[in-house]
Amino acid sequence: MSEGNMRLTLKVWRQSNENTAGSFENYQLEGISPDMSFLEMFDVLNEQLVEAKQDPVAFDHDCREGICGMCSMHINGQPHGPLQGVTTCQLHMRSFKDGDTIVVEPWRAGSFPVIKDLVVDRDAFDRIISAGGFVSVNTGNAQDANNLPVPKEAADDAFAAAACIGCGACVAACKNASAMLFVSAKISQLALLPQGQVERKIRAEKMVAQMDAEGFGACSNTQACSAECPKGITFDNIARMNREYLGAKLSSTNV
Amino acid sequence: MATSPRLDAKIPEGPLETKWSKYRSSVPLVNPANKRNLEVIVVGTGLAGASAAATLAELGYKVKAFCFQDSPRRAHSIAAQGGINAAKNYQNDGDSIYRLFYDTVKGGDYRSREANVHRLAEVSGNIIDQCVAQGVPFAREYGGLLSNRSFGGVQVQRTFYAAGQTGQQLLLGAYSGLQRQVGMGTIQMYNRHEMLDIVNIDGKCRGIIARNLITGELERHAGHAVLLCTGGYGNVFYLSTNAMGSNVTAAWKAHRRGAFFGNPCFTQIHPTCIPVSGEHQSKLTLMSESLRNDGRIWVPKKKDDNRPANAIPEDERDYYLERRYPAFGNLVPRDIASRAAKERCDAGYGVGSSKLAVYLDYSAAFQRYGMGEANKNNISNPSQEDVISWGKAVVKEKYGNLFDMYKQITGEDPYEVPMRIYPAVHYTMGGLWVDYNLMTTVPGLYALGEANFSDHGANRLGASALMQGLADGYFVIPYTIGSYLSNEIRTGKISTDHPEFIKVEAESKARIEKLMNIQGTTSPEMFHRRLGKIMWDKCGMARNAEGLSQAITEIRALREEFWRDVRVMGKVNEFNPELDKANRVADFIELGELMCIDALNRNESCGGHFREEYQSEEGEALRDDEDYRYVAAWQYKGTEDWELHKEELIYDNIKIAQRSYK
Amino acid sequence: MIVMSWFTQTLTSSIGKKLIMSLTGLFLISFLVIHATINAMIFYNDGGETFSHWGHFMGTNPIVRTLEIGLVLGFLFHIYDGLMLTKNNREARPVKYASRNANANSTWYSRSMGLLGTLILIFLVVHTSHFWIPNRANQFSTGEELDLYNMMLEIFQNPWVVLLYVAGCFSLFWHLLHGFKSAFQTLGLYHIKYNGLISFVGVAFSIVVPLLFALMPIAMYMGWVH
Ligand SMILES: Cc1cc2nc3c(=O)[nH]c(=O)nc-3n(C[C@H](O)[C@H](O)[C@H](O)COP(=O)(O)OP(=O)(O)OC[C@H]3O[C@@H](n4cnc5c(N)ncnc54)[C@H](O)[C@@H]3O)c2cc1C
Ligand code: HEM
Ligand code: SF4
Ligand code: FES
Repeated sequence: MSEGNMRLTLKVWRQSNENTAGSFENYQLEGISPDMSFLEMFDVLNEQLVEAKQDPVAFDHDCREGICGMCSMHINGQPHGPLQGVTTCQLHMRSFKDGDTIVVEPWRAGSFPVIKDLVVDRDAFDRIISAGGFVSVNTGNAQDANNLPVPKEAADDAFAAAACIGCGACVAACKNASAMLFVSAKISQLALLPQGQVERKIRAEKMVAQMDAEGFGACSNTQACSAECPKGITFDNIARMNREYLGAKLSSTNV
Repeated sequence: MATSPRLDAKIPEGPLETKWSKYRSSVPLVNPANKRNLEVIVVGTGLAGASAAATLAELGYKVKAFCFQDSPRRAHSIAAQGGINAAKNYQNDGDSIYRLFYDTVKGGDYRSREANVHRLAEVSGNIIDQCVAQGVPFAREYGGLLSNRSFGGVQVQRTFYAAGQTGQQLLLGAYSGLQRQVGMGTIQMYNRHEMLDIVNIDGKCRGIIARNLITGELERHAGHAVLLCTGGYGNVFYLSTNAMGSNVTAAWKAHRRGAFFGNPCFTQIHPTCIPVSGEHQSKLTLMSESLRNDGRIWVPKKKDDNRPANAIPEDERDYYLERRYPAFGNLVPRDIASRAAKERCDAGYGVGSSKLAVYLDYSAAFQRYGMGEANKNNISNPSQEDVISWGKAVVKEKYGNLFDMYKQITGEDPYEVPMRIYPAVHYTMGGLWVDYNLMTTVPGLYALGEANFSDHGANRLGASALMQGLADGYFVIPYTIGSYLSNEIRTGKISTDHPEFIKVEAESKARIEKLMNIQGTTSPEMFHRRLGKIMWDKCGMARNAEGLSQAITEIRALREEFWRDVRVMGKVNEFNPELDKANRVADFIELGELMCIDALNRNESCGGHFREEYQSEEGEALRDDEDYRYVAAWQYKGTEDWELHKEELIYDNIKIAQRSYK
Repeated sequence: MIVMSWFTQTLTSSIGKKLIMSLTGLFLISFLVIHATINAMIFYNDGGETFSHWGHFMGTNPIVRTLEIGLVLGFLFHIYDGLMLTKNNREARPVKYASRNANANSTWYSRSMGLLGTLILIFLVVHTSHFWIPNRANQFSTGEELDLYNMMLEIFQNPWVVLLYVAGCFSLFWHLLHGFKSAFQTLGLYHIKYNGLISFVGVAFSIVVPLLFALMPIAMYMGWVH
């Protein structure tokens, strides 16, 4: 409810497209309300830029409620900003102080090229899912849902892994720009469920191969990814993926 | 009243229960070799689009799919929280296909088509089977079987859910099916592409014009059929629970090229959303309807009571839903709950600094659950503090994520003070008119999911949109499209060099250039806000003839101003969200006008459409079945010019009655 | 070739490379146990008698000598793979962040394994050229072992050498503090029931072993051991 009263300095990465070099621009903002979300603060900035006949800052966003995974700002050195467990769109200005300078950059990773300003290309994630992040079941083939009891614990664990929103903050946070948390969440979800068993080995092999082909780094187990993940995807998923992958490589018949 | 000759719903003959199964087994087939030569364009990758694209590709069609986000997984279906209905009767509580059918028609205030709704109820069970087979992690009981919850407006437990993220899990299931086909090369996926128009050749829809949002290039894509699965248009109100990018552009362009728009004024206002906190607000956040299971809704009995909630004694609180609707209490359908909240606030009993909110209070639930815990653990004479803290723990387990979300957004702790809620635009029952095959009035052009007008009448029940989206995509269109495509096997490849493609592309280009060249003084965002305000004030939760007529005039003026004064920054041939926005707002303005015209035409109150002139003494909606038991399908004739076509709704199986939840 | 292909594919994958790091790292850890145990014999302060006895055993026993080849290979693999990984990982982020608050999500030493490893490597070069290389060279040429104990006493009179060794031990401490549990994680051995134990042993090991090593030059320099 409080009236807008914060003054801020924004240092924002501006870059026209993938092939040009970018740089930081400084912007002054006034009258920011602590109740605004971080993206609404950017709306104010953009309105101000349009007013001044300048190109507004491009940034990705859609649902603005922390579920679509589209928003992706690296704020003051952390993906999705200083609060744990929230996406950029769920971050509110009350997490900052009057007079703060805020540095905003896009996700940085070779596999996430910058499209414009703060917008990056995350198609690599889709390609990894295409490589094996599914159960091969055509529509119409399914048996009655309750013919396949799933232990509650397995279902809950699978759900926890499936809660990943594919935002890429894990890649952004990792010093190696590794995508292991994202990939392991999907591998885990399906490895934990009976439905995933049939393709369990080939899935792990193919998804990891695709992940490597995309150029993401390896895992140094720093756990930065899970600390920054807005959906609390836990680090043990990566251990599970390592087991799944190495086990599959040792025992599968795919040579 | 007779159905317009332009509206043939193509409902199969025969008894309701066997219409679909009979039709399904007699619909013409396309042989596999021919399927490979038939291309289907699917615009949108939400539940409807992703499921349709994946299933059609599995069947052997060549599919091209489009979405404006950076990945198909981000469609707004992802945001659905509560659950998905299915007539499985796993709880043995008397559910059946008929009951789901009946509840949906009644919930929709008798403005939907019997045959469609029955089909929906019939395939609802298959959806759950399919999703489970894909690995969707629905909530389960300790025995390993699926768990259910109940939702507003029904008395059985038929809602399947995955915590508060059901839409996400269902969409990721459909998305995985889609990406599997992408990997196999049977679907070509176009992310960050916005459909700007459809291309009709000789009276049939033959393709689309899309803008590559990264490069700004216009592209022509040809197909033997085009499926619009582009979601709802609630963003016409500016503030809604929809995603920022949700738009009407695809449906609207189709409308302008011949697809009739059905019941555009039917919008759903969801009762439990976090209230607007200030001018800066860009969207509204829904608090799942499931909160109404345990929370009690109230306002102070005294007008303009400025005391904090906790300082208002019990006997000075008005639990108005329990007072007005003792049978359903806090669980009345959405339209009723929303209107009741508005009524109280308008009468001066609203709370919070804006006075546009009511309390959703969990203190009784803390107490009740706390005592339950005490009993369970055999603790007699527990202290009041202990009871409350145990109760809070139980509530935390059930609704913790929602409480956290509330706190994050408002900065208030809902464990300590009651939540403030207010209704917000949430869903649009209206959409492109489709027949039983889901085909619009343009041959070869289909509409699925929230984009069509089909199954929910004047009000949608909770957890039924997910069901409808997946029913359309997984189990309806794969069959019904055969009746059209079986006649297309001789068409051959459609060339995008056809003069119609060139013409429509040129028109899209001209419009973009026009938008860019105005260089006025006002941002697209500002126009959107202003449109939203007109719509909310005059075509929102309550409407009247006078307000609607004013709104129409105001919107026309706004449109004129927009095309004179909009300022779009950036360039055409680059990533330019401002331009995307301008394009969408331009279409919303036109839609807004039609919505008001439709609302003005419908001289009755039904479901989400409440005309103040038509209400009972107690303020309940008064339907006029004699004169308005029809689908209003609007044909676009030109600027400010529409022709109304009526599809009469015939109820052979359900006895129409006044809805009562008292 | 076909047999090799899945095998090399596995070991050159991101997870496979880490598998090598982990296995060689654990192997090196086991070596450290022995190395530290034997060297700790100097603390008997018996003029190097016990130490030289075991040193002799290690330097001449054919099984140990064979294992030593494995050790050298282990080091080489670990070092090569570690440097390659560090390089690949850097390349995965060609444009760096201007502002980075990494301490909010991870420890500095877990992010600095390459640096710490390189420091260890530098130390190793110096260390092996002090003892192992001259000793083995002498063994080859004359068949005789050198008097390592007295060499130590002499070399550790130089305060710079002592400092360098202590710095090496610090690097090892940080390297192990992350490396020990990281190796288990890499192998997929991550389980709520055992994480506590692994963590505890890891921390204890990372403190005890480098501390023991560091005390050796210090003790000799200070004259506690002679
Ligand atoms: C917050 C919230 C909670 C909800 N909770 C529930 C619930 O619990 N249960 C329930 O049953 N229903 C719920 N609903 C309703 C339900 O989620 C939606 O009605 C349903 O998901 C719509 O699915 P869809 O596939 O039709 O469209 P969407 O999922 O909206 O997908 C639209 C697709 O079209 C694409 N698109 C749109 N325009 C264009 C264009 N011009 N060019 C190219 N692509 C375009 C988009 O990229 C997207 O892929 C909820 C809705 C909201 C907003
Ligand atoms: C006695 C000496 C050494 C021991 C006991 C040791 C032990 C370990 C262990 C246990 C790990 C963890 C493996 C994993 O994460 O799975 C590790 C990682 C690492 N080691 Fe060593 N190491 C030693 C020397 C070296 C040297 C000389 C280098 C030189 C470059 C080095 C470079 C690395 C690197 C870069 C990693 C991290 C790899 C990554 O996770 O990205 N180590 N080490
Ligand atoms: S694992 Fe977490 S951080 Fe990574 S993509 Fe998924 S939700 Fe985002
Ligand atoms: S905008 Fe959807 S998660 Fe932030």
